[in-house]
Amino acid sequence: MSNARANILARLRANVAKTPIELDRRFESPDWSRDERIEQFCKAMRSVKTEVHQVNENDWQDKLADLVKEKKLKNLLYAPAGPLADKIESAWKKHDGLPELITREVDVDGWKEELFFDVDAAITSTRSAIAEVGAMILWPTPEEPRTFSLVPPIHIAVVEADKLHNTFSDAIATEKWHEGMPTNALLISGPSKSADIEQTLAYGVHGPVELVVLLIQ
Amino acid sequence: MHQTAEFHKRVKNALDNPQLRNNFRVAMDGLMEKRSNAFPDKKFLEELRITGSKLRANALVKQADLLEQLEANCTRNGIQVHWAETIDEANHIVLGIMDSHNATRMIKGKSMVSEEMELNHFLEAHGKSCIESDLGEYIIQLDHETPSHIIAPAIHKSKQEIAKLFKAKHPDIPYSEDIETLTRSARNILRSKFYEAEVGLSGVNFAVAETGTICLVENEGNGRMCTTAPPVHIAVTGIEKVLEKLEDVPPLLKLLTRSASGQHISTYFNMITSPRKPGEKDGPKEVHLVLLDNQRSKIYEDEELYDSLRCIRCGACMNHCPVYTKIGGHAYGSLIPGPIGSVIEPQKFGLDKFGILPTTSTLCGACGEVCPVKIPLPKLLHRLRYEQVRDDHTGATNGQGSRRSTKEAMIWKIWSWAHARPTVYRTGTRMASLFRGLLPKSMGPWTRVRSAPRIAPKSLHELAREEGFDNE
Amino acid sequence: MSLVKHYPDKPEKVYFFGTCLIDMLYPEAGLAGMQLLKREGIKVIFPQNQTCCGQPAWNSGYRDETPAVVLNQVQSFPKDYPIVVPSGSCAGMMRHHYPEVFKGKPESSQVNAFAERVFELTEFLVHVLKIELKDLGAPIKVALHTSCSARREMGVAEEHESLLKQLGNVQLVEQVRKAECCGFGGTFAVKHPDISAAMVADKAQAITETGAEQLVSGDCGCLMNITGHMEHKGIGPKGQHIASFLWERTHASDS
Repeated sequence: MSNARANILARLRANVAKTPIELDRRFESPDWSRDERIEQFCKAMRSVKTEVHQVNENDWQDKLADLVKEKKLKNLLYAPAGPLADKIESAWKKHDGLPELITREVDVDGWKEELFFDVDAAITSTRSAIAEVGAMILWPTPEEPRTFSLVPPIHIAVVEADKLHNTFSDAIATEKWHEGMPTNALLISGPSKSADIEQTLAYGVHGPVELVVLLIQ
Repeated sequence: MHQTAEFHKRVKNALDNPQLRNNFRVAMDGLMEKRSNAFPDKKFLEELRITGSKLRANALVKQADLLEQLEANCTRNGIQVHWAETIDEANHIVLGIMDSHNATRMIKGKSMVSEEMELNHFLEAHGKSCIESDLGEYIIQLDHETPSHIIAPAIHKSKQEIAKLFKAKHPDIPYSEDIETLTRSARNILRSKFYEAEVGLSGVNFAVAETGTICLVENEGNGRMCTTAPPVHIAVTGIEKVLEKLEDVPPLLKLLTRSASGQHISTYFNMITSPRKPGEKDGPKEVHLVLLDNQRSKIYEDEELYDSLRCIRCGACMNHCPVYTKIGGHAYGSLIPGPIGSVIEPQKFGLDKFGILPTTSTLCGACGEVCPVKIPLPKLLHRLRYEQVRDDHTGATNGQGSRRSTKEAMIWKIWSWAHARPTVYRTGTRMASLFRGLLPKSMGPWTRVRSAPRIAPKSLHELAREEGFDNE
Repeated sequence: MSLVKHYPDKPEKVYFFGTCLIDMLYPEAGLAGMQLLKREGIKVIFPQNQTCCGQPAWNSGYRDETPAVVLNQVQSFPKDYPIVVPSGSCAGMMRHHYPEVFKGKPESSQVNAFAERVFELTEFLVHVLKIELKDLGAPIKVALHTSCSARREMGVAEEHESLLKQLGNVQLVEQVRKAECCGFGGTFAVKHPDISAAMVADKAQAITETGAEQLVSGDCGCLMNITGHMEHKGIGPKGQHIASFLWERTHASDS
């Protein structure tokens, strides 16, 4: 083993003390009402080609049923032990002609091929969201693993308007992220995209081609 | 001098290529406009730049402590931290990790540090396959090229060129110049590569010491794929990317995406703090973080030049550089092109190798004006011009003094002598005026595209005297 | 430039630093600058010992060859009068880089005091003299090229424009990418002639496309580059230093 670590640190420390920087970490946050936050979130999300639907707490699952039919999905991946399960299952009991609901209780490694090539869409909850820039915050859980929001061509996400933060800084501070970060924390703003060819936006690169948000008022 | 000749040749080729010129002009105009639209409020922008520069400067001041804190927190979270002083060490660390898993297939997210390491070459020489998954990187890998821009690696290519390239490499796919179709083809080709890869490699945008978190900014989802789908994730980063606190991230993220592409936020911001925990159903089982020095700690030694380590790799300086726009990224001959490349690359690889780069600027100041972390790029380019011709052998920069020529030094000595002596200067200008008719019409490269400047019959010194303007 | 600059009250006397380029190639521009100042009722002093600001050596990395030249200027302008410079580039060198040239040297405080007295011509006309111009010329379409140092280092792009806008018969037209460098860059044009040529070609074309009948600039380096190219190619309008242009349009001696 080389002495890389010691050598690097020694070189950095060998230097004449650099002048300490005076920092003021109070980052400004806009003064928005709940409605303004919602409006800003929807506007920002739509500007990056997200399909946003404003729904109610009690019947969002009916909107979901309509959407999956409209999109002619073959199947929908969901988390049976996740926070959305009861509502989703009730909708599937209530409506006819809905795509197959699929769940896999094992590690993704056990059904990776199916996930990568045969799943049309997945639905997940979100932890919170950021109004200013239009982004959802996900802290994937064992119930709702991180590939759900990544691998299938369509990602449907349920966002609660009550959990909208003004800014990313607000989210980190109010939710006290520094006290413990999850394995993976994600900000998602729109379907995957690239402008690598002639600076022209093309959607649906390696992540979802479509992002649908059900925003619960 | 060989380097210089090669450089001028590359420049000439670029300038003589109208397609390339047009590709860059259109792309840079677009990127400048997007950035400008993303910062409608100039006061907000200025305040944010000050915040950003202070956050980065603070992290650099405390760099040694923060790296130790980062290592301790990563280790506690289960991320394995490796230190590499050189590119070679870093490459062997990556190879060692792959070998320990008997892995042969790597899928790569966009990483300029891996380009710096020339990791693909190294691993391929050791029998491994490395597939680039960022669309731009994938395109240039197909064509065996290097990136021409740090955030848009294939920006030098038109869609027609890319369509032909795809057809040549994947004859089974129907020819199309439609950007959406080309993008979808890449998605389909690469999907199975993500599925098969045993190791995923990524770069790092920010490494947060406070929590031991690796942050990645991206739009395509390939970065998430590389750090989620394969069983092993290796992140490579320069040691300067460390930040002190999690709360330092949002302002810098805001600056980064808006400066780079005018986006208020990228599609994905991916924060990784540990490998898969018991009970979790996906994610890599091992996460490695390779901390690469490669001269960064040497750059750190210089009180002025170390400002260049603040860079967050947004590319705004090249987007706004009139020279970069004319010649494109490849002409520089360095991995990182444009103003920041002309500052960093000579420091990393030596002024003897890249000494031409600090002169490849008009010092117009456009780069410094847009830098989100206020790196004084013109000042640093200027400083390196000094480093390459100084002859006192006291500076820290590699290759110091390597571009000093006896002839040029003599010219400036004479120039200095004449301009420090008013009588000599006045006699000189008077002679020039008197014999201005004898001045050649051809003055080398200047008059290839311009008429020769005409010396006035009387100098301002003379006119001022004649018009009665007092001497003191 | 975010620097807040403090302008003095209108003085009785000013120094004029003509710049070496104007001295040899565009003396009429220097004279026009002095006449504009004089017309505002102040005494203009032109120290005959002035030479060059020292920028050519400084920007080429020859830092050791610069101080002697700088010191000559500092000594040639000894009194505490403002020093007016008809060039953003030379003014930028004298105001912002002189302190760097002498950083940590015994002459430092003397040089810093000198630097603080340096003003670019247009900012001096606008902020110190609060000049009011009356246009006597015929209607004309004018394009303005503001040098990078005037724009970014001295922050006087608006002052250039506001002076031209005072002229009633002048229609100021705007070329595309007006803030982009013309490709002069001092020794850059010599060390990288091909890039410089490509840059000036684009700039000249942009100016020509405006249909302007006159090009105006506050810096003779840019002017020499752009008009030199336009003349060579037989395109575009004639060029003039902003001081000459302002003086000619507002000077009543012929009528």
